[in-house]
Amino acid sequence: MNKTLLIIKREYFSRVKKKSFLIMTFLVPMLIIGMYALIFALSMNGGDNNPTVEVIDESGIFQKGFDNNKSVNFEISELSLTEAKKKVINNEDAFVLYIPKDINTGGSIEMFAQKKAGLSVISTIERQLNDQMRIKLLKDAGINSETLDKIKPSLSVVSKELTIEGEKDSSSGAAMAVGFAAAILIYMSLFIYGIQVMRGIIEEKTSRIIEVVISSVKPFQLMMGKIIGIGFVGLTQFLLWIVLSASLMTLATTILFKDKVEQVRSEMPMNKQVEAVSTNGPGMDIVNAVQTVQWTYILPVFIIFFFGGYMLYSALFAAVGSAVESDTETQQFMLPITLPLLFTYIMSFSFIVNNPDSSLSFWLSIIPFTSPIAMMVRLPFGVPNWELALSIFLLIGGFIFTTWVASRIYRVGILMYGKKVSFKELGKWFMYKE
Amino acid sequence: MLSIRNIVKQYANHRALDNVSIEVEKGSIFGLLGPNGAGKTSLIRIINQITAPDYGEIFLNGEKLNPSHISTIGYLPEERGLYKKMEIGEQMLYLAQLKGLSKSDAIARIKLWFEKMEIQSWWNKKVEDLSKGMQQKVQFIATVVHDPKLIILDEPFSGFDPVNAQLITNEILELNSKGATIIFSTHRMESVEQLCDSIALIHKSKKILDGKVKDIRNLYRNNSYHIAFTGSITTPTDQIFSINNEKVEDGITHLTIQINPNYSVNDLLNFLIPQVQITELSEIIPSMNDIFIQNVKN
Repeated sequence: MNKTLLIIKREYFSRVKKKSFLIMTFLVPMLIIGMYALIFALSMNGGDNNPTVEVIDESGIFQKGFDNNKSVNFEISELSLTEAKKKVINNEDAFVLYIPKDINTGGSIEMFAQKKAGLSVISTIERQLNDQMRIKLLKDAGINSETLDKIKPSLSVVSKELTIEGEKDSSSGAAMAVGFAAAILIYMSLFIYGIQVMRGIIEEKTSRIIEVVISSVKPFQLMMGKIIGIGFVGLTQFLLWIVLSASLMTLATTILFKDKVEQVRSEMPMNKQVEAVSTNGPGMDIVNAVQTVQWTYILPVFIIFFFGGYMLYSALFAAVGSAVESDTETQQFMLPITLPLLFTYIMSFSFIVNNPDSSLSFWLSIIPFTSPIAMMVRLPFGVPNWELALSIFLLIGGFIFTTWVASRIYRVGILMYGKKVSFKELGKWFMYKE
Repeated sequence: MLSIRNIVKQYANHRALDNVSIEVEKGSIFGLLGPNGAGKTSLIRIINQITAPDYGEIFLNGEKLNPSHISTIGYLPEERGLYKKMEIGEQMLYLAQLKGLSKSDAIARIKLWFEKMEIQSWWNKKVEDLSKGMQQKVQFIATVVHDPKLIILDEPFSGFDPVNAQLITNEILELNSKGATIIFSTHRMESVEQLCDSIALIHKSKKILDGKVKDIRNLYRNNSYHIAFTGSITTPTDQIFSINNEKVEDGITHLTIQINPNYSVNDLLNFLIPQVQITELSEIIPSMNDIFIQNVKN
């Protein structure tokens, strides 16, 4: 049997059989579902401890204008200001909004409570007060209520992506979220699996198995076997996460919406049921959003960029692992690997998100060292196929290059014991002949 | 069997091997000697194709060394170890397959060796649960499991307890008697005298001495003798021999002497017999240890 294949098999199975792999594989989908359930639960009932604000309106302008909404309940109070203040002192959950008589001429509205009201509560109150005040002022200025009703603009921008194939909605927030999540996932997994490669090599060095193995195979075969084997471990983990998350999600959705579905089924004719279920009700918008994402497009691209980026960086991690004898020595060599990743990560979420089509974003998503993360962030905004192809092509070229550089350092490093290594030393190793 | 010709290995600022040529005969036990840092390990790594020489060639059974030879060589490095978390059986299987054995073949041979070493029950144990001596047995099996024609052992006895050392020595001799050629790299000279047919001494990257152990020791004879006698020598001895060491025990005088050039043992006896009662006379043949030290010091 091919020796590289033997090495890949050993690296793969020795890791997949570990308990920690199983735990991670099952824990992460649980966490994802947990978060999903939490968001769902919060959006379902919008929080249950909304403050009730008692309004003392001496001006008489606002009497019936308040709308109860998700964050605040309003209650018109007949109490006097002093009585109300007493109530506040005795009751820590009481909020009193005091609107003085002379509000038209510049008096200030005050809110009394034992604790500070939340920002959303204050802004809701302010918005409602301002809306009503504006209506009153417009009426005072001679505009009747009919005219007022007519001039309620409600504008929003719907962005449409126009290509030769036609136009489509591109405002999908879910696609963006998935792109960002993919970028973060790639960023983290480059480190997680890259460091596994590095540790694996340090382990072979410190346990002194290395010389036994490389008397049977070429150092390059051993390095590639390890990198590919651990890469497959990463892919396996992702695949299991996706499958597990998807099935758990489906399960959770059916349980949560069972009542809803039955209710709709009894009320509506068959053909409208599905539509009704998917458009009705809080929480459903998340489910809808998840379904609008083009998984068949994003998933393959994600896999390609994860694997390409992983191959590129893990080769560098391998070179570091070969040069040192313990984790603590890796620090100085890690910096050149960490820096481009960290730079891309920061750029992605501060710059690329806001300027996905700028030339800087373009270059970041094309250059092999930054593209695995940057491309994932750009993807939801639409990336031309030729850019994608060029990026993948360069990524492949990039990992061939880093693997070549790394293997030259690796073949010397793995046989060096008890030597403090510097960057200069690594350069020398690189220059050695065979 | 193995012909090493004019090997040069240059590292950035030092030359590890300088024009080294060595012939190892088929079926022999060959000692590769030298102090630390002499270049032994560099040479062994080149034979194992871990690194390549800058100049020179190596022939194995008349063929230029190439990757197909890997399966005919067994190598126990000085820096040796095992995967700590891996089960012994699985690990042996992995290493044997890397040497080119098929899976079924590998399993059969590993079982055979496990029986021979009486360690059948270790198959599912992890390396980290074994003592150092036990690990050494496993390492030795890994070296010879694919039935190599050439076995290279770099400091095989370092860290072995006497029992295991003897066990491994016996295994080595048995493999040798079945036709395997063995190369030892060591500084334990007593094992060299005990085991090796021929040696090469490498010092400061150069081969400074090689040949059959017997021939080399003869070559280094320097007319030293040990004599024991009762009585005392009354005439001056300077003309015939010089005394290197003298001690008296239970009335018997023990002398270590060197006979001067132009004189023979017979001259010595003629000189001594009239004066003392000789109880013992033997030539001192230098040990490999002496030869080693003498060569390295010069």
